[in-house]
This record gives sequence, structure tokens and C-alpha cells, in this order.
Amino acid sequence: MNSISNLAAKFRTCPVTGLKVDRTAENLIKVNAVVAVVCLLLGAVAALLIVLTRWQAVHLLPAEWYYRLLTSHGLNMLIFFIIFFEMAVLYFAGPVLLNCRLPAPKLGWVNFGLMVIGMIMVNTMVYTGKADVTFTSYPPLMADPMYYLGIILFAVGALLVTFQFMATLVVAKKEKTYEGSIPLVVFGALTANIIAIITLLHGALIFIPAFLWSLGLMNMDPQIYRLVFWGLGHSSQQINVAAHVAIWYLLAGLTCGGVVLSEKVSRAAYVLYILFISMASAHHLLVDPGFGPAWKVWNTSYAMYLAVLASMIHGFTVPAGVEMGLRLRGYTNGLFEWLRKAPWGDPGFSGMALSVVIFGFMGGITGVTIGTEQINIIAHNTLRIPGHFHVTVVGGTALAFMAVTYYVLPLIFQKRVAFWGLAKLQPYLFGIGISIMGMGMIFQGIFGVPRRHWDITFSGALFPVEFHPAVTFFQAVMGIGGIIAFTGALAFILIAVVTVFFGKTVTEADLKSGASGLPQGVLKLPPQVHTGAHVVKAHETGARGTVVLVGIFFVCFVLYYFTNWKILSFLWKVG
Amino acid sequence: MSDNSMHSGIVSPKGIWWVPAAPQERKWVIVAFIWCMILFAMMPLWHLRGGQNPSGIRAKVSAADYEARVNRFIEEHKVGEDKGVPIVAPPPGSDVYLLGRMWSWSPILKLKKDTEYTLHLSSVDLNHGFSLYPVNINFQVVPGYDYGLKVTPSKAGEFSIICNEFCGIGHHLMVGKVIVEE
Repeated sequence: MNSISNLAAKFRTCPVTGLKVDRTAENLIKVNAVVAVVCLLLGAVAALLIVLTRWQAVHLLPAEWYYRLLTSHGLNMLIFFIIFFEMAVLYFAGPVLLNCRLPAPKLGWVNFGLMVIGMIMVNTMVYTGKADVTFTSYPPLMADPMYYLGIILFAVGALLVTFQFMATLVVAKKEKTYEGSIPLVVFGALTANIIAIITLLHGALIFIPAFLWSLGLMNMDPQIYRLVFWGLGHSSQQINVAAHVAIWYLLAGLTCGGVVLSEKVSRAAYVLYILFISMASAHHLLVDPGFGPAWKVWNTSYAMYLAVLASMIHGFTVPAGVEMGLRLRGYTNGLFEWLRKAPWGDPGFSGMALSVVIFGFMGGITGVTIGTEQINIIAHNTLRIPGHFHVTVVGGTALAFMAVTYYVLPLIFQKRVAFWGLAKLQPYLFGIGISIMGMGMIFQGIFGVPRRHWDITFSGALFPVEFHPAVTFFQAVMGIGGIIAFTGALAFILIAVVTVFFGKTVTEADLKSGASGLPQGVLKLPPQVHTGAHVVKAHETGARGTVVLVGIFFVCFVLYYFTNWKILSFLWKVG
Repeated sequence: MSDNSMHSGIVSPKGIWWVPAAPQERKWVIVAFIWCMILFAMMPLWHLRGGQNPSGIRAKVSAADYEARVNRFIEEHKVGEDKGVPIVAPPPGSDVYLLGRMWSWSPILKLKKDTEYTLHLSSVDLNHGFSLYPVNINFQVVPGYDYGLKVTPSKAGEFSIICNEFCGIGHHLMVGKVIVEE
């Protein structure tokens, strides 16, 4: 009797999915998500001020505050927002999706505490002007020791969460809370988790020495730092990729009953990520003096582009899975009926779809191209670099995280999403804004405009430099895109905060009556398993629409890639 | 996944799922794989056939040694000054030295068109970014390392060197100059 009431206190049953939800895991999801949003707000305000400074027509901030907020923006977005959110994803993909208890629940709170303390320390150092070193903190540029210590504490907390996730897998297996293999989404989270461990170890390997160096206890080689730092810096973006691809699969299932075409292919693609992704450190060192061509070629290509192959596979299987799911539900006419009839008014779906397109089309194509050893000569440290990673990390990862939030709010927080009309628009606002901004940055970069630069009119410099007049136009594109994206981010924060703190609790009646503030997949979960004669038929048809879409993607990729080689060939001979 | 059932990514697959993929998916994997091999092959190919590679001659060097080498270079080939920055006209085919420091590039290089030079880059303080405008050639300048790149200017005129690695509050002031003559 006692044990049953204990169980009841520990778990609740989700009325939508029927899953058993561990309450500690649920609370940890909540607090991590809330802190993630706080960091997002800090990062977003900094973003607006930065973009309005880089847009020379406005040129808002003084130099000192531009670089300070640039530092804050990088850390709060790339590290704190994303990793806090990923911790929530791990607590969700582990105990919740596997239907099991969270092992060592108290440890979860210790980890969270460490991460919050680290985050506050770093932000304090940055905002008091003791760490004007930008996100990368390349030595000999030095910050206050407390800055490095803050990052170390944060990383230790995150590392412990990844171990806790591993323990969850063991518990679920031992206690037989699922049958067969772990679901693909959990497999994706496991991939992210493994990459996170590799990444965080790189972090320890570089930030512990940097901490000691800042205390004057050891020397630091600037080139070695760049190598190991990017083992953290770039690989951490690959945690994001693995995590947001898992979210794509999750949302495909929840929003429209999207299916997994082949467990084998999708999982093999994830394994390619694990095997080759940490080599991406080389992307940042292609025009560095410390490394030879063979090392650069091999590493920048992730051992012959096998990690790119993985992304190209997911870029097919996710939309094809959505297409098949919708075809199975009866949208079988022509090539694109499924696409027209997809739930575009569900922010969970539209956010996911835009994330796939922006990440794949814009981010993927530009990334592979500028990460080519020689092409990097015309891209390194120009605005093309941040242009690229804003469409991958922001248009890809952050947008996927926002999209899944529209399901986390009703399913985990058990609240109806506030400002539902605005929520439906938000992914479009954010996705389109960031794409415009990314384009503006990429084109400026092509003209040689540097990244991380307070004043590209070079006022006060010894010799004048004047950029091509087209740069002025692309500056405005960047500025306007940035303002739209900021508005989208602010809308998201507003919706999330109001829902969490003032939202109406979801009741059974809401679910039955289809109350506003509940996405389609929550009101009526689409079938997650399809059986019967129509499945055989769907197998025969396949995902024809997606084949056309990836065909277009492929042509764009080839054109963009070879255009860049052509541009490169016009340069002075250098070697 | 058998032929008469399909499931989403949140469902545990039962039984053996290591089975051949459907034809469309298999074809896409093959196309993508071949494309990846092409992407890879382009880089070694460009080393053989292309004119723009970041290989260079790479060595470690102390800040003091590098600065001394640059000063000697300036003394030997100085032809003038512009706003206090020495202008240096090295002989064709020789090693030329550029030094980055917060927040200047020194010296101003006067080069001949269609002539190959070995351009050495290093810094005596922080990381800097060598960005030749408007040609748009970019290299990382790392203190303690000498990056010697063979360059052949293909156009006459005045070019700017912008710093494109953050190097402190005066980063935007760090502009240098290269003059290429016919």
C-alpha cells in the first residue's frame, strides 16, 4: 500500500500520451527550461544592441560595450541557453520517453545548481567588464580567473547530467520499462549525449589550463588553445545538431504522425555523427599557421565528409517521414498534397519545418562550402562565418527548440499556451527574420566585411578603407532581419513566460473541447503506429514529393559550392 | 520495420530493424555519398591544380625574434614613410615580413605585379586577422608562429589590410597597406 502511494507521488500519467512521468525529472525539465529562457532573453537583448551597432547607419553602442555585449551574446546564446535547454531535452528523452524513474534525482538538483552558479559567475564577470574576450577568449587575451572558473563549474554540472542520462538508460533497460530497442528520438538524444561528453571533456582540457594560466601558474600556447578550444566550441554545435535532429523526429511524430523510414539508416547516420564530429575543430584552423595541409584536409572533411553525409541523410528522412505520415493519413494526391495539408498553423510543425529548411538549405550548404580548406581563405573571420552559424544554430537549433516548447508547455508544464494567435506566427517571424539577417551577413562577408568589428567605416584609422557600396544595402538587410528575428525571439519569451507563470492549467475538458492554446498534436495525438493495407501502398509510392525537394536542394548545393571555387580562382595566387 | 507497419520516432521498434532501406532512401544515400567523395577530392585536387592554398611555410618564432627580423627587413629595403609607417620595397622573389600588433600593421609593402614573394605573418601580442581588401584573402595571425605564404599579386593598385580577429578596444583602427606596382 505504502509503495503504491509512493509511486503515485513519484509519477503522474500523461493524459495525452499515456506515458508515466517522473515528477523530479519533470521538475528538472521545468527549471532548466526556465533558466534557458532567461539566458535567451539576456542573449536576445544583447543581439538587438549588437546588430544595431553593426548596422553602421545606426551604430548604437560605443566600442567597449559592443565587444562586451558581443561576449555576453555569444555565451548566453551558444552556451547557456542552448545547454540548459539540452539538459531539459535529456531529462525528457530519458525518464519520460522511456517511461522510467530518474536515477539519483538529488544529483539532478546539484547539477542544476552548479550550472546556475557557473552561469551567474560568467555573466557577472562579463557585465562588470572583467572578461572582454568575446566567446572564444583566445589567449593571450585574458579574462578574470573567475570567468574561467564559472565556465568550468557550468561544464561540470552539464557533464554530470550527461552521466545521469546514461544511468537512466541502464535503469530503463534493467527495469524493462520499454520493449525492443530504444525509440529513435531517444537514440538521437543518446547521440547528443555522447557528443556532449566528448565536447565537455575538451572543455575541461582547455578551460582548466586557461584558469591556471589566468592565475599565472602556467603558460598557454595560443595555437594549441585554438585547437582544443574548438574541440569544445565546434563540437558543442554538433550536440545541437544531434539534439535538434532528434527534436525534428519527435515533432514529426507528434504533429503529423511522421514515421521513421528506416531505423537502420537513421541510426547509422547518428553513429556517423558520433564518430566524426569532433574533427570539426579543424574548420576554425584552416588558415592557421600551426597545421599542415594533410591534417587540415582530413579533419575539416570529417574523414571524407561522413558527418555531412549523416546530415544529408537526416535532411531526407525527416521530410520523407513527414510525407509518409501524412500520406498514410490520406493525403495521397499528387506530389505535394501532403505538404499543402500539413499543419502549418501548429507552431510545433511550422517551427520544425522551417528549422529543417533553414538549417539544411542555408546553413548546411554555406557551412560545407566555407569549411573547405581553400575556400576558407575567402571566408575566414568575415561576416560570412557568423552569417552561416546564425542560420544553423539560430534558424536550425534555436527554432527547433522553440517549436518543441509549444509541446513541452502543455505536456510537461500542463499549461495552455498563452497568446495562441501570436504563437502560431512566432516561428515564421523568427525563422524568416534570422534567414534575412543571415543572408545580409553572408553577402557582406563575400565583400570582405570582417566579423566582430565595431566600425567598418574605420573612423580614426591611419588609412581609410571604403567598402563596396553594395555593403550598405546588405547592412540594412542584416539590420532589418535582425530586428524581425529579435521580435520573434521576444514573442517566444513572452509566450513562454506568461504561459509558465500565468497560464491556464490544461484540463480534461480542454482536451475534449479543443481549447485554444493547445497544439493539434496535443488535442489529438496522430497515430504513432500505422498498420494495414494502406501501409503497403505507401511503401510502393514512397516519398515522391521529398525526392523532388531534395533534388532542388542538391542542385543548389552543387551550384553554390562550385561558384565559390570559381570566386576563389580569381584571387592572387597564394600558397 | 516490416512492409505492413510503420511507426514514429517515439515508438520503440520491436524485433529486428536492421533491414534494407527502401529504394528511394537507398538511392539518396548513394547520391549523397558520391557527392561527399567529390567534396573531399576537390581539396587535394586544388593543391595539385589550383593557385590558392593555405599551406605556407610554418614555423614557431618568438615575438622578439620576429620583431628583430621585421626591423632588419625594414632597414634593408625602406624607401619612404607614410604617416609614420615605413614603406618597404623588397626585391622580387624575396621574403617579405609583416608584423601585426595592437593596433597596426607594419611595414607598408610595395610589391611588383605578377611577382612571387614569400609573405611572412606574425604577431607580437594577440591573435590578429590578416584580411587583404578588396581581394578578400584572409589568414589567421597567431603570436609565436610564423606563417610564410607564397603570394603573387595579380593586379596593380593600393590594397588595405584589415584586422579581422578581435584584438581589443582599438581593433577597428588596425589598418595597413599594400601597394602593388606594374
